[in-house]
Amino acid sequence: MGKLVALTGNIAVATAMRQINPDVCAAYPITPSTQVMEQFSEYVADGLVDTELIATESEHSAMSACIGAAAAGGRVMTATSSQGLALMWEMLYIAAGMRFPITLACVNRALSAPINIHGDHSDSMGARDSGWIQIYAENAQEAYDNQIQTVRIAEHMDVRLPVMSCMDGFITSHAIDSLELLDDKTVRDFAGEYKATHPLLDVEHPVTYGALDLQDYFMEHKRAQAEAMKNSRKVILDVAREYKKLSGRGFEYFEEYYMDDAEIAIVILSSAAGTVKVVVDAMRAKGEKVGLLRPRVFRPFPYNELSDALSNVKAVAIMDRADSHGAEGGPLFMEFKSALYNNKKQPIMINKIFGLGGRDLMLPDIETVYRELRDIKNTGKIRTVSEYITVRGEEAAYGKA
Amino acid sequence: MYEATEIRWHGRGGQGTVTAAKLFAQSAMVGGKYVQAFPEFGPERTGAPVKAYNRISGKRLTIHCGVTNPGIVVVVDPTLVGTTDFTEGTDEKAVFLVNTKDDPAAVRKKINLKGGKIYTIDATRISLEIIGKPIPNTAMLGALAKVSGIVDIKRVLDDVKEDFEKKFPEKITQKNLEAVKRAYEEVKGE
Repeated sequence: MGKLVALTGNIAVATAMRQINPDVCAAYPITPSTQVMEQFSEYVADGLVDTELIATESEHSAMSACIGAAAAGGRVMTATSSQGLALMWEMLYIAAGMRFPITLACVNRALSAPINIHGDHSDSMGARDSGWIQIYAENAQEAYDNQIQTVRIAEHMDVRLPVMSCMDGFITSHAIDSLELLDDKTVRDFAGEYKATHPLLDVEHPVTYGALDLQDYFMEHKRAQAEAMKNSRKVILDVAREYKKLSGRGFEYFEEYYMDDAEIAIVILSSAAGTVKVVVDAMRAKGEKVGLLRPRVFRPFPYNELSDALSNVKAVAIMDRADSHGAEGGPLFMEFKSALYNNKKQPIMINKIFGLGGRDLMLPDIETVYRELRDIKNTGKIRTVSEYITVRGEEAAYGKA
Repeated sequence: MYEATEIRWHGRGGQGTVTAAKLFAQSAMVGGKYVQAFPEFGPERTGAPVKAYNRISGKRLTIHCGVTNPGIVVVVDPTLVGTTDFTEGTDEKAVFLVNTKDDPAAVRKKINLKGGKIYTIDATRISLEIIGKPIPNTAMLGALAKVSGIVDIKRVLDDVKEDFEKKFPEKITQKNLEAVKRAYEEVKGE
């Protein structure tokens, strides 16, 4: 076990990046991810890493430079949030389509308008179809652990896809938390050396990237990309297991908290899951069979494993920190409904949209969700499939427990 | 529902309140505790009221929501007494550490507080005398070490030294260490 240190999530991620020592980082600062590159640029200036740091004029350019550097044959990293990720949009698809194992620390933040700097998952959820693997961290420790694993997943020859490692803006990125670090050599050995395939800088073997691809081959390339995403399922597991051997920490596709005999459960991503655990502890102490399921990997979505995890639960609330206006519920809810559709055993499912723009989710709010689930379990009746909670004008008495 | 000492800091932008909360967490962690330190982010302006929080626990902390019922409240700026309700969410066992010229009885009268326990320290005077600037955060750290009993004063001194050495000349570091010690000795209870 390593020594405990007190770091913010951003500094923890910057530390992981220093330990990995990538070839190129291209970035443009945006709150709340700024601190990652600010700290990393100090490591560059202090000569602690060999990385070539490229300060670009926008996030679109940052991802473009990442793509160029990856094509040249480098191990490439960046960090961004919110509008920054949105501005990278078209380049995200290109990074994935060109099969570059770029890794990106996404410090989750709401999207404008109205302008808001705080944490929700609108940014990364919007990028869920871009072909990037997405992994979500509950706390600074996991953000650090995930960051180290991303390079191994991305660079695996069965995968070769970009990976987005997400943590909650401010709640995780800017709060000091206790965590354990691995020593530099252990991380460097775990990350291993990156071997680029068909690098542009190998002038003896010239290649073309970004060629026109029409009706003749486009679909084969997209299918190959989809297969790589499927392959990543196994790689994510293998890497998580290897990392756990090394560190004694970590989860695979998801974390189950008191799910074995749970009758009702909450499914929730990232930092809010930690707060839910406190409520689960208190309710379990009173003998209530409540549980928590926290997905860690959202892309690829582990359909079978996640639906199995919920198959014995009577009622479940999928809680989304993002919405898809016009759909019946948030992105996480839609995935779970689709995952469970073919299951013989299905829980009754409801959806709560919470925490947009950093709105806090307090302990009584979570208790209220569990109470509603208990009523659903007992009566089989749903009041409403999907709703916003902890918001002005809500029907349920959230926060008044 | 969970075991933790929760601290809420009230200060004004530019006084080092957030830094103080971070340093306090650092000292508690070196002492073997699990810690959290986080500011309340809003418009960041010099002189505007700011809040910062700590959770300190013997057990690993998973909770990530805000602190609403602090056991300890630290008021870094004297002008916040009577102008903000720094007692919000506290119960009768709460401990208040206030930077003020007044003694605890006078503060109690001014804010009309029934329960709790008030400690006072003239941290602004200490920082002016020793450091030459009204930046009372390090003095408040010394006083909090005494009042909270969570961390050892030696650890606070070590951590202030380590943190300041990275950013400031030796002379400024030494003056801040002196401010920590002086406040530790001068803090007054009821």
